[in-house]
Amino acid sequence: MNLDFDFAAEQPKLLQLLYGVVAFCAVVALLLLLLDRAPMRQRARLHAAVLLAPALLLLAIGLIVPAVRTTLLSFMSGDGASWVGLDNYVWMFTRPEAVTVLRTTLIWVALVPLLVTAVGLLYAVLVDGSRFESAAKSLVFLPMAVSFVGAGIIWKFVYAYRPEESEQIGLLNQVVVALGGTPRQWLLEPPLNTLFLIVVMVWIQAGFATVVLSAAIKGIPAEIVEAARLDGASPVQMFFRVTLPSIRPAVLVVLVTQSIGTLKLFDIVRTMTGGQFDTSVIANEMYNQAFRYGETGRGAALAVFLFALVTPIVVYQIRQRREAVR
Amino acid sequence: MSLLSRPARTALVAGTAGLALVAAGCGSSEPSAPAAGGGTSAACAPFEKFGKHDGKKVSVYSSIRDTEADLFQQTWMPFEKCTGMKITYEGAGEFEAQIQVRSDGGNPPDLAFFPQPGLLQRFVAAGRLKPAPAEVKRLAEQNWSPDWAKYGTVDGTFYAAPLGASVKSFVWYSPGMFKEKGWAVPKTWDELMTLTDTIAGTGVKPWCAGIESGEATGWPATDWIEDVLLRELGPEGYDDWVAHKIPFNAPEVVAAVDKVGAILKNERFVNGGYGPVKSIAGTAFQEGGVPITEGRCALHRQASFYANFWPEGTTVAEDGDVFAFYLPGNDPAEKPVLGAGEFVGAFTDRPEVQAVQAYLATGDHANARMKLGTYVSANKGVDIANAQNPIDRLSIEMLHDPDTVFRFDGSDLMPAAVGAGTFWKGMTDWINGKDTTTVLDFIEASWPAS
Repeated sequence: MNLDFDFAAEQPKLLQLLYGVVAFCAVVALLLLLLDRAPMRQRARLHAAVLLAPALLLLAIGLIVPAVRTTLLSFMSGDGASWVGLDNYVWMFTRPEAVTVLRTTLIWVALVPLLVTAVGLLYAVLVDGSRFESAAKSLVFLPMAVSFVGAGIIWKFVYAYRPEESEQIGLLNQVVVALGGTPRQWLLEPPLNTLFLIVVMVWIQAGFATVVLSAAIKGIPAEIVEAARLDGASPVQMFFRVTLPSIRPAVLVVLVTQSIGTLKLFDIVRTMTGGQFDTSVIANEMYNQAFRYGETGRGAALAVFLFALVTPIVVYQIRQRREAVR
Repeated sequence: MSLLSRPARTALVAGTAGLALVAAGCGSSEPSAPAAGGGTSAACAPFEKFGKHDGKKVSVYSSIRDTEADLFQQTWMPFEKCTGMKITYEGAGEFEAQIQVRSDGGNPPDLAFFPQPGLLQRFVAAGRLKPAPAEVKRLAEQNWSPDWAKYGTVDGTFYAAPLGASVKSFVWYSPGMFKEKGWAVPKTWDELMTLTDTIAGTGVKPWCAGIESGEATGWPATDWIEDVLLRELGPEGYDDWVAHKIPFNAPEVVAAVDKVGAILKNERFVNGGYGPVKSIAGTAFQEGGVPITEGRCALHRQASFYANFWPEGTTVAEDGDVFAFYLPGNDPAEKPVLGAGEFVGAFTDRPEVQAVQAYLATGDHANARMKLGTYVSANKGVDIANAQNPIDRLSIEMLHDPDTVFRFDGSDLMPAAVGAGTFWKGMTDWINGKDTTTVLDFIEASWPAS
């Protein structure tokens, strides 16, 4: 693969890009000009209609039409040729390999938001006000800069296995061997392997939680903290009675974003195990079914199910935000 | 999934390719050295029959990448020069998924190299592919055995001529180790098992294997099963099994899988150099046979393309560091060969596209490609003298032998949900501890109903 970017060679494309931008500006300018000429009385309504139209159109093309089509496909056979009713959904909830996928996803969704929030919160509270706070926070935030695929490859090496008699190349097995144990194939043994994958996700996301929660902790009014101290609150009481209630909105934000992110998780599983050994999750299986196996119906059914799972969380988040605004 | 193309992804053929280029530059007056002046000179005579297509463009899409892809493009240069067309080539790591996306999106390539006849059939059934023109059909019938041609045919219509090939029925070994210990290459399955036992008696685990391959994990184990099934059921029985006329959990299939299990799931026999049976599932297929070079394993069943995966400096030859013998069956007289290859399918039928299709089906193309680097094709027009290494030569000899019964890798023929899904997954679980019946019942139940 050639990674050099030769501007001269790409000139036609760049020119096209330029034309596109110019044309877009021209069209917008023309529209605004025409709108400006419209009679005063209808102007407001016309403005709204014309300016909203592109967004609505894009929303329809990019979101609504695909959603409807996916839903329809989920009731059709693999090649999209005939209607099969609920067969794809029956498959999803009865076939052992599909049920395993749902169960694994459930484990992810149950554990990742909790662990990420817990680790992030603990870390934020521990480093709060210490001398090394900014350095410590940068350290835990660093993995956020690594892509999921990159992190997957890094951790695959951490879990790497070599037979007992050879030299270990995996960090975890080296530690085990140094402590007198025998090396194990961490990614091969369900259900433990899913936990090892979850560690990777927590490693990446803990920094995000730390930064958000730490900012929230800084935002707690000093009077409240002081009052609690004067009343003789112990550190544990401080945490559960003062800190946690005060930063509740921030904790919820972390929990919600992590839940959605975890439901959609794909990269880590695909990079590290390819979904083998009972580690596959919904997004990974959806891709396999729809694109690798040509079972579009099953893929669509999984997508619809994933959508159904994410929706309540999103609705909850919007409600929370509305209440906060009130 | 394409097994032939897999080496292309990580292949270390650069060394061979370099040598081959030198060789081609020195000795050959073939079209691979385009004469100056292009269009009309004598070098273009072999391409006259493909016509002139000045300024036309043909796009080719395949799973072959890196060095091997470059070699293909070099092979086509004289053809492009003489016909005046331009072939734009694109290799993709996720060919199987992307070709579907591109075709669905109304942006298919002109030609695609399908590594699986099963995938080809899916596109034919969806009405996306054009039947091959008469000339291509004629060339395919002339250059390939009926065994091969039938895999490019769907419902009696010929769609795609074969291109490259790989032979899977090989067991890699170290000729030096065999000579030193006084072991002989086995001619029957019983001899193979006796040899296995003998080797195990010397304290070395005789077999090594690795089936880890990312999302495709498990495929080397399915090859094992297919190779043994082909020997146990015979070619016709094998076809029935592939077509699901014999259920996946039929007693004869169970017996064949257990026959493989007698090796792959026996702690005494595997996994040489890597540890217990389960380490097979975690070992990358590229590394599966490497312990042979360290004397910690004696036998490794893998396709001809494994020649590309030996550590640098390993000579692949009958008297070298490693070589391969034919995986024997019960009867030494019968030699069915399991293999794989690509098929050239066309999404369009413009004249220049058909010209490329015809050119790819000729012996000239296969020979030109072989001169540039390691390459195997079942094309009968191939001159065996052009083979770049002993294993290519052995493979071509086997493919050209009129007595050879060739069968395609079954997982590439089955519906993808099984062949690239539950079969791989099932065999991985099988290695990882599940018993034969459970796994085969699971695969049987996953076979698409229609």
